[in-house]
Amino acid sequence: MIAQVLLNGLLLGGLYACIAAGFSLLWGVMNVINLLHGTLVVLGGYLAWMAFHFLGVHPLVALPAVAFLVGMFGASLQVAVLGWVVGAPVLVTLVITFGLDLITRNGLLLGFGADFRTIRPSWTLGTAEVGGLKIPLDRTIAASAALAMTLALYLLLRRSWLGRAIIAVRMDRDAAALMGVRVRHAFVAAFALSAALAGAAGALLGLVFPISPLQSDGYLGTAFTVCVLGGLGSVVGAVVGGVVLGLAESIAGFMLGAENASIVSFVLLILLLAMRPEGLLGRKGYA
Amino acid sequence: MRQPWAVGFAAGAAALGAALALLYWGGTYELRLGTILAMYIALASGWNLIGGMAGYPSFATAAFFGLGAYAGALTQVKGVPMVFAWTFAAVVAGTVALAIGWIVLRLRGHYFAIASFAVVIVLREIATNWTDLTGGGMGVSLPMLQLSMLAQARLFFSAQAVLAALAVAICLFVAYSKLGFALGCIRQNESAAGMLGLDARRAKTAAFCISSAIMGAAGAIYASSIFYIDPSDVFDILLSIKPIIMTMLGGGGTVAGPILGAALFMILEQTVWANFLSVHAAILGALVVVIAMFLPRGLFGRRLRPRLA
Repeated sequence: MIAQVLLNGLLLGGLYACIAAGFSLLWGVMNVINLLHGTLVVLGGYLAWMAFHFLGVHPLVALPAVAFLVGMFGASLQVAVLGWVVGAPVLVTLVITFGLDLITRNGLLLGFGADFRTIRPSWTLGTAEVGGLKIPLDRTIAASAALAMTLALYLLLRRSWLGRAIIAVRMDRDAAALMGVRVRHAFVAAFALSAALAGAAGALLGLVFPISPLQSDGYLGTAFTVCVLGGLGSVVGAVVGGVVLGLAESIAGFMLGAENASIVSFVLLILLLAMRPEGLLGRKGYA
Repeated sequence: MRQPWAVGFAAGAAALGAALALLYWGGTYELRLGTILAMYIALASGWNLIGGMAGYPSFATAAFFGLGAYAGALTQVKGVPMVFAWTFAAVVAGTVALAIGWIVLRLRGHYFAIASFAVVIVLREIATNWTDLTGGGMGVSLPMLQLSMLAQARLFFSAQAVLAALAVAICLFVAYSKLGFALGCIRQNESAAGMLGLDARRAKTAAFCISSAIMGAAGAIYASSIFYIDPSDVFDILLSIKPIIMTMLGGGGTVAGPILGAALFMILEQTVWANFLSVHAAILGALVVVIAMFLPRGLFGRRLRPRLA
């Protein structure tokens, strides 16, 4: 039973890591907390649902297209709105992303209504049993795909020219500009990557949970908590934080009942913020 | 403005006259609008203490509004008279703010903003799940009053208007007191203020408590006036955002800014509500984006003196 709870927590944690990695990237690079992030996850879920419902495409197959579309949406927001207020006070960027969130959410509600949508592919892998442990295979694949994408982000930031440019902008905007990095472009790329990861996570979550516009707050809260748990702006931190939160919610849900799981994570968030605002890993650099 | 005090007195007298005229001649609809406006002024002025004067980006308004609403509603259900229930709600909100402020006010910038957000969500979840006390998602129904609709509308308008006047008076008092000076120092450079021997912790905790008590009272009066509350209504995160927008619109850190901003926001909101019901959230969002992008210091921010009007 304990092993089952831990396994569920781990699988949840993989998806959380994917949501939080993009959120953390944007927060770290642009110093913007993107209140739209939860809604981008839901948007990804809806795109996957549309692909499945109208075209009969499995979410895992539609994943790259969904990520691309949501990423483009994020990039266009950066170009049209957020690019104009780079370096503005915290309150201004927070309020702007909240406004964008209201608009996007209203759009989703008009387009899809408040009902839950589910994606049920005709072929599922079912569950495998290993020594009394039930392993839901679809969920495992979703979590692995999420982790794989998070790893891809890590490699991109580490190895590619684009990634190094983004990191350079994060470290010192002026110095990066002097070295020939186009700061504006780096911001747009960071927003696109962040949104693409959120959209992809949404498509994967669509395989596991029903999709509804009402969930975006929950995903946003998850992204916050994971970032604070793992420390800001590091992909490794997002993975560690995601897994810790997944385990914590799973254990809390098991011991206190599912309805109290979210209180546990938010209380955890406030306490952590109060005691270790630099995160559990506690390093302010970037990796 | 050469004589801010004269202008201030004139504006105050005009507001008093308008309120009395509304009480005498207004129908229930006009009185409702007046009640909402007064509540907005109270919330914006309350937020201004911590968000405008001290420069702390607090999103906790909805938390203390909801807490006050529940504290007031539950004591009223127990049979406590309305005015005492409202006072009790203000005390509860202020006391809880003291405890929460002790934790979250040591954070700055984004971290403070997030923690204040989380406070709203934690309180909402507690209200939803502590079914024995709060009735959970079913909400709380308050005792009905044996009064005509018009008399009720007048009563609740008066209550919110008195609270709004009180909130503005507190802002005025704080702006000209040592506390206001301390908050201004904190906004400009907290580390430097601390170095000069200013007890920043005490000043911002005081501002946070006073502001939360105002929000709690506003929530309690709101609960009494609509007779039914549930967690998603009184812990609505929009309640945190609107006072910020109003204060931004009018000019943060000034006493008159939140009042002007609340009035202007109210006009915009009512126009949008009346004409574009299904997309009103989107239009509100667009409004919010435009205000924050182009008017971060407010319409009147440059013309108003930093302290008074």
